[in-house]
Amino acid sequence: MTGSYDLLIVGVGGQGTIFASNIIGEACLSGGRTVRSAETHGMSQRGGSVETHIRIDGKYGPLISPGTADLIISFDLLEAVRYSHFLKKGGVIVSGKDIVVPTSTFQQGLEVPSRESLEKMLSGTEYYIIDAVSAALEAGNMLSQNIVMLGAASHHLPVKPGSLLEAVKKQVPPKTVEINSKAFEIGVREGKKQP
Amino acid sequence: MLGNEAIAHACVEAGIDFASGYPGTPSSEVVDTLRRQKVRDFYIEWSVNEKVAFENALGAAWTGVRSLVTMKHVGLNVAADPLMTSAYTGVKGGFVILSADDPYAHSSQNEQDSRVYAHFARIPCFDPAGVQEAHDMMAAAFSLSEEFSLPVLFRPTTRVCHSKSDVELGEPAGDHRKGSFEKDPKQYVVIPAHTRILHKKLNEKQAALAKRLVELGFNRYEIKGKTGIITSGIASEYVNEIVPGDVSVAKIGAYPIDEEWLVGFVSKHETILVVEECAPVVEEVVRQVACETVIHGKKDGCVPYEGELDPASTAAAFEKAGIPYNGDFPGDISPAEGLPPRPPILCAGCGHRATFYAMKRIFGNKGIYPSDIGCYTLGLQLGAVDTTICMGASITIGSGISNAGDENPVVCTIGDSTFLHTGIQGLINAAYNGANMTVVILDNRITAMTGHQPNPNTGVTAMGDPSPAISLEALCRTCGVSFVETIDPYDYVTMIETFKRAKETPGVKVIISRQPCVIDARRRGIKRKHYFVDAETCTGCGVCVKYGCPAIEFIDEKASINSLCSGCGVCADICPQGAIRSEVKR
Repeated sequence: MTGSYDLLIVGVGGQGTIFASNIIGEACLSGGRTVRSAETHGMSQRGGSVETHIRIDGKYGPLISPGTADLIISFDLLEAVRYSHFLKKGGVIVSGKDIVVPTSTFQQGLEVPSRESLEKMLSGTEYYIIDAVSAALEAGNMLSQNIVMLGAASHHLPVKPGSLLEAVKKQVPPKTVEINSKAFEIGVREGKKQP
Repeated sequence: MLGNEAIAHACVEAGIDFASGYPGTPSSEVVDTLRRQKVRDFYIEWSVNEKVAFENALGAAWTGVRSLVTMKHVGLNVAADPLMTSAYTGVKGGFVILSADDPYAHSSQNEQDSRVYAHFARIPCFDPAGVQEAHDMMAAAFSLSEEFSLPVLFRPTTRVCHSKSDVELGEPAGDHRKGSFEKDPKQYVVIPAHTRILHKKLNEKQAALAKRLVELGFNRYEIKGKTGIITSGIASEYVNEIVPGDVSVAKIGAYPIDEEWLVGFVSKHETILVVEECAPVVEEVVRQVACETVIHGKKDGCVPYEGELDPASTAAAFEKAGIPYNGDFPGDISPAEGLPPRPPILCAGCGHRATFYAMKRIFGNKGIYPSDIGCYTLGLQLGAVDTTICMGASITIGSGISNAGDENPVVCTIGDSTFLHTGIQGLINAAYNGANMTVVILDNRITAMTGHQPNPNTGVTAMGDPSPAISLEALCRTCGVSFVETIDPYDYVTMIETFKRAKETPGVKVIISRQPCVIDARRRGIKRKHYFVDAETCTGCGVCVKYGCPAIEFIDEKASINSLCSGCGVCADICPQGAIRSEVKR
């Protein structure tokens, strides 16, 4: 219809969803492609559920409608399920394996669905679960989980992995280029293994 | 590039000489981007509130320089007084008022529409559809302001401000003007004799203004068939995405709309759908000029009055109006059910949480807790926020409740920036009129919620220059309050004792709870030792978990502290078993 490739990056405020979207944006720009994105700022940052919409080759507005996304990258399994209705038929989910338990559940005594039951809720879609923590530790820094996830999702993105890696190197702090490059490569490897 | 960054860059290209504002999501990054410029040859300030920011920028524009003031939509309410009359006085240098709207109220208390203010004040308004257009319109806004000697309202929405897109930028302007005020009482002193003439002049500008906006191409259309769409702002992007080739589109980018031009479009169609966010501003003009054409929009239920649009809801509006559209939007979609919600919460170690906790311990469930606008509105989840309406209204609502005769203790909470914004007047009023209440100033030394902008309490200006930090204690005493105490929210015992004394003292009491924002403290390299739970001593009573700190989890019937801990130590004080202790370095 519009010819854009539409993806959501979702997670918990503070996990680096906006930073990951900046890298995809950078990779698109260096390839001379248009890109539109919409992010959550302000109130929603503080440990809340966050979503960034990205439309690669997008020419119109930045928002993606439910049921039309090609890909969802989630840094948290619970959030992957929360936003899964955005996925179109035949779309793909790449999600981190872990769940940050919402503090409100402890306060209110709510039950947190198990990893198994969350995975069950994703059944019927093509999904890949990545152990981002182990991969980031292997790369040398817990904080590189978002780069791991980008690497893992790179198989589905209509952007060359090489230009994504270049964008990673350009965007991360200079001191961390090596660790993040490694995190990206490990992510690429982990993303390939599945399902 | 972020929409707000593109807008800021456009201001530099337009050669602004003066910028002021009060932070408010989604507008804050415009001034933040401007003040972070490495080479900055213009004046910039964070003002104490929007009225102050507006009048400063207006004064600057009267000296002939190009001037910008930024705020969010509800901030324009605060600045509405000077806005209405500045349309009469007009300006000399270009004067742009950026008021960012927030359809869906992502981080706002309402969904009001700034375009209505422009109509009310009879000044032009720009309504950009995306990042590139927001950039391109800014230069036009400054030159139009100078051409018509009028303030110009610039109204981006959240999805413009906080969108990223590829943008073509221009070159920064090289030269700047120096302000020089020329006396002209007939222009700048609005006594009745002057203002009646100024009002007539303002009205006389309107027709030419509307024509000029068409000439400049901000309002344009293409006729393709007997069915047409009229759209504005970001909604026009959603329309462009789905509109079939044989349906006409008129795009409104600026106001006032030239009615003669509009008739030229409306009269050539049998059916028209008006698609816009917020108020039916365009639709009302369209309905006024329509004779035989059938008009669809908000007023007949095709387009929702509330919330923001997206391609799917725009398609739904087409469908209701009987207009075909391109694209496939599955209608039977709903989010997964039964998931625990994940609302935003106060950070681990936030001083506000500790203050709320101690406050509730002393004043209990019978206490009435008016609160205000800021991070601490999240105290709602802790049962410590009973009212929020607008900036500064905690103290005034509180004194209203107190003076209405409610005998339960009234305890207001307000942040330092909000107190300096419009809280002071409420405190003066409460003390003067003998209210019986406690005011807690949650002082984290910065405007945290909107992205850590400095305020007069921070000790630094927007330009980065040191400035004397205000004494809230002295200020509150000057307002007529004799009970003014300062506490450290990490010192639980003193907090409890101080709240107790406040409860026993009649009249207006002020408690200043001071601890730097944890995010800001972390950025400045302040580190504290983490805390941990001794699993042997922990009985799993759950008191610490109810405290609601994101660093405290409950796993296998015992509390545990995760890596988010910032070392405030309040949980160690509230644990009845003494099971939480500071980490010892080995």
